[in-house]
Amino acid sequence: MTYSKLATVSALALAVTGAATTSQAEDLTLCWAAWDPANALVELSKEFETESGHTMNFEFVPWPNFADRMLNELNSGGKLCDLLIGDSQWIGGGAENGHYVKLNDFFADEGISMDDFAPATVYAYSTWPKGTENYYALPAMGDANAWFYRKDWFAREDIRAAFLEATGRELAEPKNQLELLEIAQFFQGREIDGKTVYGAAIFTERGSEGITMGVTGALYTWGFKYENTPGSYDMPGAVNSPEAVEALEFYKEFYETATPPGYTNSYMGESLDAFKSGQVAMAMNWFAFFPGLYADPNTGGDKIDFFVNPPQNVPASTLGGQGISVISYSDKQDAALEYVKWFAQPTVQAKWWELGGYSAHNSVLNDPGFADSQPFAGDFLEAMANVQDFWQEPTYAELLLAMQKRVHDYVVADQGTAQEALDKLIEDWTETFEDEGKL
Amino acid sequence: MSDRTIDRVAAATPAPVARKIKGLSDRAIAWIFVGPTIFLLLAVNIFPLIWTIRLSFTNFRANRINRETEWIGLRNYERILTDLDIWLNMQATAHFLIWTIVLQVLIGFTLAYLINKNFRGSPFWTTVIVLPMMLSPAVVGNFWKFLYQPQIGLFNYIVSFFTGKDPSSFEMLGQVNLAPWSIVIVDTWMWTPFVMLICLAGLRSIPDYIYEAAEIDRASKLRQFFTITIPMVLPFLMLAVLFRGIENFKMFDLVVQLTGGGPGSTTELTSINLKREAFEKWRTGYASAYAIILFVTVFGLASIYVKALNKVKER
Repeated sequence: MTYSKLATVSALALAVTGAATTSQAEDLTLCWAAWDPANALVELSKEFETESGHTMNFEFVPWPNFADRMLNELNSGGKLCDLLIGDSQWIGGGAENGHYVKLNDFFADEGISMDDFAPATVYAYSTWPKGTENYYALPAMGDANAWFYRKDWFAREDIRAAFLEATGRELAEPKNQLELLEIAQFFQGREIDGKTVYGAAIFTERGSEGITMGVTGALYTWGFKYENTPGSYDMPGAVNSPEAVEALEFYKEFYETATPPGYTNSYMGESLDAFKSGQVAMAMNWFAFFPGLYADPNTGGDKIDFFVNPPQNVPASTLGGQGISVISYSDKQDAALEYVKWFAQPTVQAKWWELGGYSAHNSVLNDPGFADSQPFAGDFLEAMANVQDFWQEPTYAELLLAMQKRVHDYVVADQGTAQEALDKLIEDWTETFEDEGKL
Repeated sequence: MSDRTIDRVAAATPAPVARKIKGLSDRAIAWIFVGPTIFLLLAVNIFPLIWTIRLSFTNFRANRINRETEWIGLRNYERILTDLDIWLNMQATAHFLIWTIVLQVLIGFTLAYLINKNFRGSPFWTTVIVLPMMLSPAVVGNFWKFLYQPQIGLFNYIVSFFTGKDPSSFEMLGQVNLAPWSIVIVDTWMWTPFVMLICLAGLRSIPDYIYEAAEIDRASKLRQFFTITIPMVLPFLMLAVLFRGIENFKMFDLVVQLTGGGPGSTTELTSINLKREAFEKWRTGYASAYAIILFVTVFGLASIYVKALNKVKER
């Protein structure tokens, strides 16, 4: 055998071995929260399994324990997850603590452009430091906090007449936060079909993030800002502005005058239960649940409708949603990146939306038929245009828990004033940023 | 040949082993036996304690291991001891601890006294009474949450039946003035049987002849109760108080299930707060100082209490 033949055979053998290595079937584990969209993702991922030969396993954790469970996993360098659909606020910690793989080179090599995704989702779910072109996740699930209501009750003549008499205006979807409260108060304690119903289910949960996600829905619409100048950590005057105080007082009034009794520690699950059991006229929750709500045989279909978080001084919604990241401790990063590449395809994104996931891909969102594809699709587009998120700092958990405590102390436990709650919140946050050397 | 045990053991020892240990003193052999236990104790208890003390003087964060750790002296201790919110957590813990112990001792002793009368069906009732403590705290927390529900909860309806108040007019878990009592009630319901069992053991350990002698001396039942029953059950009662005190000082699962520490921070006991600092905020240095303060408090109180218990037993 000549040298050239030998070299050719060797090269072929190497190529075959290499090909065999890259196409080796892997068992991938994707971690996420246990909720409706996760089931849709299981369905969607079957296509990936067929195409790639990899097997997908899923680790879904209920929302109240999701952050605890996953952040412990990341902080201990655990290898449970190869892919993680982590909350937007984790991006800072994920990037700075080395939990997430930086995806810039991968995106460049595979021709994945962040310009193909909605800018708000790229900013919130993918970048760290914020707004820079350093990507640690691909936008996976767009989401925001919004409202749904009993369309059948709103349409009843006797209720409409009573509302007109009580308020002097027609009963319709609220155009601002004050109208929202007025409608909720109108329904509070009202007898409908022989049953006492209540105004609205809002978020009041203490342990994880519930009340913060609820109260920011009001704060943002009053014009709340975390800093006077973005990136300066200069909080006095912004966090405790007169508008913020007014918004917090509004949320407390909402809690006290328009929610069901015993609604002191409630989040997503309780909101859904309250609505589906016919206890409330309206409820706040994440868009992610809306397909399931619409499909509900008792309170869905023509009995339900949806509206975006009403503006007050400005239009705004609390951001939910997550990006998908590759975990740096995974031994199967190549296969995990294959999944990301597959997931980023416009055809897969279209199917994702079809199955109940909220795609953030422009090809889906900008499709002329998108707004009419579901009764809540138009609201989703409107909400995503004005979303705001909580701090995404590496110390976000500390910042979040401080807000949970201060807000719950004021709203639910009725301790102190709104001004005091926000002043104390600034003290807590200042201490955190001082410890971090950012102040 | 001698039939002493030591000689039999020596004869049974294989020759290679006997050669190796030949010349070892009794003290050395004793060390060989206790060595593994001491090593485990040092590795599992003492080393983590010393490590925690060391961490408590730093700003270490377990989720930021790449960050430089600074020695900050007593700053963590100063922050904890001057933090008003932590003192409120301590107050909540003290309220929970004192009232659960008082109620459990009173009810537990009363039940034990009644069960000790050996009435018809007393074994059945003993089994029924001890059932709650066999349940998981998570399960107990969840179903009491339903019992306390203002619209459908049985507890509110029972209160309403006796007081005439509207069941949905009060929220056991949601009102600042009621929530601390709600967790006391549940813990008392769950753990009174434990105190009862210990008291029952104490009551059954009192010999009948003492009561017979007292009756011969024409001591009244009340006199017998205060001069025989109470003093002889007291060491058992104090032991029950010690167990329940230590358990309730670190109470976590039941309260987290019931209230999550709320409303606001009304039922945020120190253990809940400590868990949040250590494993949610990841302020490891700060949480270590917090844990040391709690450890010293419990250790100090328990030491005083054990001394008192020993004195009672000596009487």
